[in-house]
Amino acid sequence: MNTTPEPLQATPFLRVMFAVIWKDLSAEWRSRELLSAMLVFALIVIFIFNFALELDPKSRAGITAGVLWVTFTFAGTIGLNRSLAMEKDRGCLDGLLLAPVDRTAIYFGKMIANLIFMLVVAAIVLPVYAVLYNNFHLFHPGLLLVIVLGSVGYAAVGTLLATMTVQTRTRDILLPILLFPLAIPLIVASVKASSGFLGGQSWSDLRDWVNLLVVYDVVFIAAAFMVFDFVVEE
Amino acid sequence: MADKKPGLLTGLDILSVVLLLVVTGMVFFYAPLEAVMGAVQKVFYFHVATGWVGMVGFLLALAAGIAYLRTKDMKWDIAGVAGVEIGMVFMLINIITGSIWARPIWNTWWTWDPRLTTATIMELVYAAYLMLRQGLEEPEKRARFGAVYAIIGFISVPLTFLSIRIFRTIHPVVIGGGDPGAEGSFSMTPKMLQTFMFSLVVFSVLAVDLIWHRIRLGKLGEKVEALKMELES
Repeated sequence: MNTTPEPLQATPFLRVMFAVIWKDLSAEWRSRELLSAMLVFALIVIFIFNFALELDPKSRAGITAGVLWVTFTFAGTIGLNRSLAMEKDRGCLDGLLLAPVDRTAIYFGKMIANLIFMLVVAAIVLPVYAVLYNNFHLFHPGLLLVIVLGSVGYAAVGTLLATMTVQTRTRDILLPILLFPLAIPLIVASVKASSGFLGGQSWSDLRDWVNLLVVYDVVFIAAAFMVFDFVVEE
Repeated sequence: MADKKPGLLTGLDILSVVLLLVVTGMVFFYAPLEAVMGAVQKVFYFHVATGWVGMVGFLLALAAGIAYLRTKDMKWDIAGVAGVEIGMVFMLINIITGSIWARPIWNTWWTWDPRLTTATIMELVYAAYLMLRQGLEEPEKRARFGAVYAIIGFISVPLTFLSIRIFRTIHPVVIGGGDPGAEGSFSMTPKMLQTFMFSLVVFSVLAVDLIWHRIRLGKLGEKVEALKMELES
């Protein structure tokens, strides 16, 4: 018998995780309903801010980070809600859970897919914002790092909470109510770090904020890892 | 009847009322008037004690959440709800008494100081906890999700505190300088300290009494549900 082992063998955990990510991405590629909703919503929010705050060049400098983060988090909530509601409505979640696989792998798959959607939205919103306000300092490596770190934490908590809220009676209104109070340290740190980087502050000035973001991400990924089984058990 | 109110609980009720009267008397007649702040300083004895009970309530909810997920015993769910509800009431009293004190001392009802902000965000977290439970009809699922949210909600509290603390050290604070407790701090005389310690004890007794009542109410509610189901079938 020829038993040459495959050169690259992913662990079952990673295989499941990538399968879930791939499923979400290809479903999204075909329907495009999630990303289009998030994007249109994000752009509308930016336009509303423009008129609500009268973003003239002088006042803009201080609040760009705030506007961007409100946009990302609101759009992220829509995406999270939709991503888990789709699973629930068509019975896909039950199908996923019936599969004899590690359920935390399903969680990480969903979380990374949601993270990718959030980052895609950010990747489109950021250049649009730069063009609209003629501000091309936005593409600062520090800001990009903060967006990634902030989105990781947001997707980690959000995916866990959305898995719970889609199973409730009041699901659409419940996710932001559960998620925002928990996301406050994340949003405070992201906004302060972003506006620091945009304002030309150095890395050492902003180390506290970046550290806080990393701590938040690690703590909540670990917590979600431990409790996710209880959220989907029947 | 197994549901008869335990004598010990009645005793604890009476003890709580008597102790509350005694500590109120102590605050007004035994503890001396603070030299700079005057009578408004007396709110401090209730302010700290209610804040302490609030934290104990939320800690109980955390512990009960972990215990529920490990044992799946409904009694832990009832204890968790009791902790959250009692904690919320006392934390609210804590915030309001603080506001009453801050008006004359800091010259404002509210400031975005880490403690104030964190206490209020905690209220919002646990309000969300109660809303999550309301959206779920199945008792078992309600208990499970409640436990999960109580755990991750509690984890977020120190991070919230930290985030606002860093926020404040980067930006100057108008009231209170660098240290949040700086403006309006004072040193206690022995009589003040005795009153303060006694107040902590009194409110702890009151908390035990109320949590006991709430757990008993939860158990009775469970029994009523079971009886209703029996009648329907």
